[in-house]
Amino acid sequence: MKHTLNQVFHSPKFVVGFSILMVVLLTVFIYPLIVTDKPLKIIAQGSFFPPGVYVNVFDSTNSPATYILNLENAAARRIASKLSNDDRLAMKEWLVADGVSESEIDITNTEKLLALWVKNYDPKKDIKGMTNARRNYFVRLDKSLEGLLATEGAIIAAQNPKTGTLEKIGSIEQSDYVNINQVANVRLLLLGTDNFGRDVTTELVSATGTSLMIGLVAGLIATTIGLVLGLMAGYMGGWVDDVIMFFTNIFTVIPTFVLLILISYSIGQEKRGPFTIAVVIGFTSWVWTARAVRAQVTSLRNRDHVNLSKISGHSIAGIIFTDVLPYIASYVIMALILQISSAILAEAGLSILGLGPRTTETPTLGLMMNWAMIYQAQILGKWWAYFPVLLTIALVSFSMNLMNTGLDQVYNPALRE
Amino acid sequence: MKGYRKYFLNKMAWFVVTFIAAFMLNFILPRLMPGDPVSAIVARLAQGMSNATGVQKIYEQYTELFGTNKPLLVQFFIYVKNVAQGNFGFSFSQYPRTVADVLGSAIWWTVGLQLPAIIVGWILGNVLGALAAYVKGGYDKVLMPVSLFFSSIPAFGMAVILLVIFGVQLKWLPTSGGYGFDMIPSYTWPYLASVIVHYQLPFWSIVLIIIGGQAIGMRSMCIYELNSDYVKYSRFLGIKDRKIVGYVFRNAMLPQVTGLALAIGTIVGGALVAEIVFSYPGLGTTLLNGVMGQDYPLISGATMVITLMVLISTLTIEILYGFIDPRIKATQSEQ
Repeated sequence: MKHTLNQVFHSPKFVVGFSILMVVLLTVFIYPLIVTDKPLKIIAQGSFFPPGVYVNVFDSTNSPATYILNLENAAARRIASKLSNDDRLAMKEWLVADGVSESEIDITNTEKLLALWVKNYDPKKDIKGMTNARRNYFVRLDKSLEGLLATEGAIIAAQNPKTGTLEKIGSIEQSDYVNINQVANVRLLLLGTDNFGRDVTTELVSATGTSLMIGLVAGLIATTIGLVLGLMAGYMGGWVDDVIMFFTNIFTVIPTFVLLILISYSIGQEKRGPFTIAVVIGFTSWVWTARAVRAQVTSLRNRDHVNLSKISGHSIAGIIFTDVLPYIASYVIMALILQISSAILAEAGLSILGLGPRTTETPTLGLMMNWAMIYQAQILGKWWAYFPVLLTIALVSFSMNLMNTGLDQVYNPALRE
Repeated sequence: MKGYRKYFLNKMAWFVVTFIAAFMLNFILPRLMPGDPVSAIVARLAQGMSNATGVQKIYEQYTELFGTNKPLLVQFFIYVKNVAQGNFGFSFSQYPRTVADVLGSAIWWTVGLQLPAIIVGWILGNVLGALAAYVKGGYDKVLMPVSLFFSSIPAFGMAVILLVIFGVQLKWLPTSGGYGFDMIPSYTWPYLASVIVHYQLPFWSIVLIIIGGQAIGMRSMCIYELNSDYVKYSRFLGIKDRKIVGYVFRNAMLPQVTGLALAIGTIVGGALVAEIVFSYPGLGTTLLNGVMGQDYPLISGATMVITLMVLISTLTIEILYGFIDPRIKATQSEQ
């Protein structure tokens, strides 16, 4: 046993796969200890907030200390964030249409451009061939440019509850900074928020956990059924073998996917929890294990050591546990790993079809994918809503496939390079 | 040809048995729901439908069609009769279209998409896998983990990735549908061109997925064969490498053909979900519409058609296999 483990952990493929899986598992266990929010808690008002650090504006203006930093590019950056290159080109376009000569306009010189703009722009002027949307865009642009080059700060005022008038309570200079550590509320949304305004990171970690659980439950069920049926068919032979193989052959050809759809639909939305889905997947995917185990057992049945045990009068259970199972253990473990990864994929497929677990309690990887698809995250370019999910699915199943290939090479010397 | 008769008859018999089993599951599984399934279905449907006459019509038609008040066995024979006539009833969500009508238009999109994609993916995957086993070295070292990673991405994931890269970012290809939304199906050049353009993304996403899995399988098989005694013996005899590779390829190919027959159900299932990503007007999207619209007859009809498609392709592959593998002929003529 020790020797085998030693061998297994010397297979580079197995080790890489195992490490990836462990990283995923550790994240699933440790992350909830740090971020204790419920995975499906809606925290954002609005959908698809991009990933980033969210700093509370109110708290930063009320920060206990403000620091003055005189940084060189601060003004330029401030302007650039308000006046993009597209905006500059649009301004040039308007000015040219207005009759300003093109050589006079230098869009890289903000000061000159703004001066020209302020001098010439007239929201009421009708430019030929311009759509209303475009006209509105220029009105908005003009408005956003107000005070762009100003060097004064802003005044913070609060409403006096008695008189209702605004009273100055502080001012912010352009060179004022706060230390982010001193701001009371800062939230890191590593992967932004999803269509419902939930934190994708928290959701993803929880979903990965649930999906792995679904995979494990389904895999264990499928492997147990497959193992028992395979052992019976292979060891007993005769009519038991015929009957079991009859059903195995039938279920090999009938697509599992179709069975999953029919059963999940029949169960109904209300009764479909993650566990139920796992059980359904487990009960529909035992066929491969049964076939493989049977093939192995059939060839083992007539080996000398098994015959010897039979002659010695050992019980069937005894023979199976001591003389048969140890020989197929590696095979069964490999089958289990494959079952787990394919169950995770099966859940994802079902969920995309809208037949996944019901949506109120726990997310799964498939459900997250389903939500992202329904709200067209992929068309809208909200990559954080679907890409991390896909990557997780791929990584989990990649790690398991790698482990499997590694094991295969250890136990099947013919495949070694 | 005579030697094959028993083999083919055996395969045909299995086809019939499996079909009957699938058919019965299709009938029984939905009826395992607690309570009266059909009235539950119609009640569920009635919530979403505002057209009162439509609901009434469907209810009557459905009770009559499936004989819900009769015993299960009678219901089964009614079901058999209906399906044999291609009568799956009205679609709940697309009333007044019948299920047969909805499926009839969807099935050709799916067949036209998946059949070529599976064949192309299978051939490319096998060639790459054989190359990986034969060339070894860097090519193998790079190709293997890449294929393994590619085959780990679910079909819908590959679909989304291709869609985002080529459809949304580069804008080379359209992102959804089977043809331009402004077109009416007809045999005109602009329409056909539009169909071909819309075909690319779903097609290649299915092909890429299949390549990964097949390449890995073929590589293992070829390594296995390359280490076998007959190859070593042939090398001793000084037979040219090219010829040996020919033998190896042929021998490694056979399990791959059987593998395809066994995996086709899974492949089709994955590809159906990939269709959904592109809103391709095939059976996958039909199935999604059925689920979204609580459209039981449509789901039942679609699963029946999908099963039949998978069974037929399995049978076809097995019959072809009989011709490719000389051992089949040998065992048959012995008896």
